[in-house]
Amino acid sequence: MRGKYVIAGIGHTAYGKLPGRTTVSMNVEATRNALRDAGIEKALVDAVLVKAPTSAREMVYGQLVSEALGVVPKWSFAVDQGGAANVSLISIACMGIEAGQCDVAVVCYADNPRTGNRAFMGRARTSEAGAFGWAAAAGGYGMIHQAHIAEYGTRPEDFAAIAMACRKHGATNPDAQLKAPLTLEAYLAAPFVVEPMRRDDICLVSDGAAALIIMSEKRARELKVPAPVPILGFGQGQTTTEVTQRPKLTESMAKVSAKTAFDMAGIGPKDVDAVQFYDCFTVVAMMALEEYGFCKPGQVGAFAREGRLEVGGDLPLNTSGGLLSETGMPGLQLVMEGVRQVRGTAANQVKNAGKVVVSNQGGQMQTHATLILGA
Amino acid sequence: MDESGIEITELTKPYWDSLAGGKLSFQTCRACAHKWLPARDTCPNCLALDDYDWTPASGRGHVVSWVVYHTAFDPAFKARVPYNVAIVELAEGPRLITNLATPNETIKVGLAVDLAPEPRFNVTLPCFKPAS
Repeated sequence: MRGKYVIAGIGHTAYGKLPGRTTVSMNVEATRNALRDAGIEKALVDAVLVKAPTSAREMVYGQLVSEALGVVPKWSFAVDQGGAANVSLISIACMGIEAGQCDVAVVCYADNPRTGNRAFMGRARTSEAGAFGWAAAAGGYGMIHQAHIAEYGTRPEDFAAIAMACRKHGATNPDAQLKAPLTLEAYLAAPFVVEPMRRDDICLVSDGAAALIIMSEKRARELKVPAPVPILGFGQGQTTTEVTQRPKLTESMAKVSAKTAFDMAGIGPKDVDAVQFYDCFTVVAMMALEEYGFCKPGQVGAFAREGRLEVGGDLPLNTSGGLLSETGMPGLQLVMEGVRQVRGTAANQVKNAGKVVVSNQGGQMQTHATLILGA
Repeated sequence: MDESGIEITELTKPYWDSLAGGKLSFQTCRACAHKWLPARDTCPNCLALDDYDWTPASGRGHVVSWVVYHTAFDPAFKARVPYNVAIVELAEGPRLITNLATPNETIKVGLAVDLAPEPRFNVTLPCFKPAS
């Protein structure tokens, strides 16, 4: 299947505050833009695959979006896999088309935690957890951040280096929600939220939506899609267990997900020109760099300080700013930036970005999915 | 946390009753001897249903990781900020989330700890303190 399926179109809404918009409305806007980008009519869509909004759960959500789009698809469903869901849906779309189940798929996501309901971000998972004040996703990721410090002697400036690279790229992305570059001094001066994580270790909270159009390379040629980007590989790995029960907090199944995708694409870390790595917290992007085989564990800070994670370096990270700077949306912005890099249309364009790797992950590192794009 | 406190079910009642008596207990599978927390009615190893004993723990353990909340995501914790939350692994193997009764600056990964039950809300919580 390597290269047999493509991302034919990408579309998104504005990022940041979109008061009064429903998630269904935002999904429609993003999908309309993706259809325009692909240059196709909505009547061709026969699969609508949606990542369920996190802030407000609704039954048969895929059908609500399909109805608003005015399409009657063969396949439509919403999945719940946290932040890994979008890349998983892309791989499901490819396999569905390969199996003759559908022909043209929309993959989309919308949420409005910034102006709508963000209670899910701060709540405890159980009443027992709540009795200890063990609340918010930041708590679980903070445990992982601390374990990384204890195991590798990782220093604040190492975590800062991740945030600084992302924020530098976001500063020159016109669509970014946060365009302020970050200095080490500012990182260190910012207050702890859940220590050892400081304010700038933590991603943005954003309203917004994004959508992709997936089809075969052959179909894209027939439909004269202007800029299809081939999907070279994908993979998944599920760590599954809660942070408290995980045997080793500094390891996830990202390694397995990456290997599956690299094997499918027939490439390795040395062949990669840019990475768009899920950065809900700095430690997450750091561990992806380690587990995908780009850096030895504990060496990411030194790697970053050589400028290697910036555009112009040999492994630019989150060239549109990622969750830390472009938008806190869980994952699709990273896929869209991968598409723009391969097309050669990114705001912070990497020269000859032939192979781009995208990571998506969710829960508290329970879920992971990898996507490799390239010409 | 709201006024009602922790939800106690038929499954978890022995756990909270044990803590009220000053002891921490974990579940041990009668079929395969696997030990676990938090409470569930199926063995996570051999999947046996309703076939376990509640075993008293020694109360000894060590810190796996820990954080300090500088923000009260839950208003009920506003007066406690900055407060710690830790993952403790018991000497017998099971792990649990807890608070450590010690100044935050004295905590480190690997710190040996002992059970220090603390009444809070509607229960006695399995909190820990540095081992004596």
